[in-house]
Amino acid sequence: MADNVKPRVKVPRSASAGESVLLKTLISHPMESGQRKDSDGNPIPRSIINRFTCAFNGENVIDVTLEPAISTNPFIEFEAVVPEAGEFVFTWYDDDGSVYTETKAIEIG
Amino acid sequence: MAKLNLTTALATAALLGTASGAWSDENATLIVNGEIEMVTRTAAPDHVPFDEIRSGWTFRTEETQVLQMDDFDNPGMIFVDQAIDTWNTAEGSEGKSCASCHEDVESSMQGVRAVYPKWNETAGEVRTLAMQINDCRENQMGANPYKYDSNPMAAMEALISVQSRGMPVNVAIDGPVSETWEKGKEIYYTRYGQLELSCANCHEDNYDNMIRADHLSQGQINGFPTYRLKNAKLNTVHGRFKGCVRDTRAETFSPGSPEFVALELYVASRGNGLSVEGPSVRN
Amino acid sequence: MIFTRRETLAIGAGAAASAFLPMQVNAAADDVIAAFTGGAEVADGGVDLNAPEIAENGNTVPIEVGADGATAIMLIATGNPTPGVATFHFGKLAGAHVAATRIRLAGTQDVVAIAQMADGSFKRASANVKVTIGGCGG
Repeated sequence: MADNVKPRVKVPRSASAGESVLLKTLISHPMESGQRKDSDGNPIPRSIINRFTCAFNGENVIDVTLEPAISTNPFIEFEAVVPEAGEFVFTWYDDDGSVYTETKAIEIG
Repeated sequence: MAKLNLTTALATAALLGTASGAWSDENATLIVNGEIEMVTRTAAPDHVPFDEIRSGWTFRTEETQVLQMDDFDNPGMIFVDQAIDTWNTAEGSEGKSCASCHEDVESSMQGVRAVYPKWNETAGEVRTLAMQINDCRENQMGANPYKYDSNPMAAMEALISVQSRGMPVNVAIDGPVSETWEKGKEIYYTRYGQLELSCANCHEDNYDNMIRADHLSQGQINGFPTYRLKNAKLNTVHGRFKGCVRDTRAETFSPGSPEFVALELYVASRGNGLSVEGPSVRN
Repeated sequence: MIFTRRETLAIGAGAAASAFLPMQVNAAADDVIAAFTGGAEVADGGVDLNAPEIAENGNTVPIEVGADGATAIMLIATGNPTPGVATFHFGKLAGAHVAATRIRLAGTQDVVAIAQMADGSFKRASANVKVTIGGCGG
């Protein structure tokens, strides 16, 4: 697991039923590309977050495949339809097998 | 699409642009989260030979500028979150956290960043925020000091800075600090390195000009610590000073050295009246 | 506008780079696109790709893509050592089929977005992003 990985997610507190809301996600991660060399000239192995998903009440919103060209501390912004009150689950999958999750509730009103 | 207007704005900027800073919107207004209005251009203090002082934000492209306008776009805020955890975690032989003494960071640290570096009467010296953080760690918590320009130091400085965002930088330059301030001023105007460049050669004589493809700023530090797109992390003031001096091809002063402390005081005072922005976003 | 010798050299070098680079790497990009489309025809248009004309730093370039009715959008940096950037698969609860991220570009190049539509067809858009070199590199 990369050091001190921290997710940060923006979800509105509430929405009207059926509304499309804007979600912003950031996570601290070096996204080591595998293209760089250390000071001794040895390649630094690739270590990235390779997949990100967002689901709402178990239903898929977006599923993203990430490649090494995604910047350090990956940022992903997208929209989700909120049919009812419930919970967003955000999941990041690390090359090393670690999985980081964050959940955010949203109300209807 | 939500942000397609950006393209239009950019195209307009490109059409109107001059040779210097062809693609930055120098007159845009910086409002963070739709609520914190920042002063990014204001009348220069008497001790600064400009008509107007300008935040580094005004020199950046529109794409870079928008990254600082929402705390969920600003990657620097991840490290503020990390520092909140640190704030509440006991470390060292005394079993204390920052919160043990300072309690709620939002109230106890409000306005602090705006007046640093400042005179510490007990110690009889000018202290930067980083020095004060390490003084707390060593003498109150019994913990190891952070490396002066390290990531955890930058994160803690960012957390403290956030509590003063939007407040004007108001660093004292007279009284007991005046000697240090004069020393900082001398360093600012001294040419260093094989390229024989002073801070002033770029940031006073040539701000708003292009240095290759880069739009030179006034070198203000009201936005520090700053998240740079270049290295994708929070950068401290002394880390930045070191980078600048190194690029003159000089042997640099060390982060935390008396020279850089004096320079920080002087450079901070050149931004008196601009808003505290840290953590800002720069290229 | 009068160019100095140095500026002229820089412009020439830039033109040379933009002429050669895509040719070297387009094969790799074509492979990535073919893997995504299965070799199907890709029509121009119908995809919004919002990228800066000039990126202040190639390490962090904001990019936005969107296509109404797309099930997936693949983003490709044709001039990178490995052209793949990201693929956004839109689920049942996706709002507008738009996504934004920040990417690394190894130099001035074309960024390409390929959208897979619900009917199985493919559409594309591309944008040239100029990646600048900072002042003194500090």
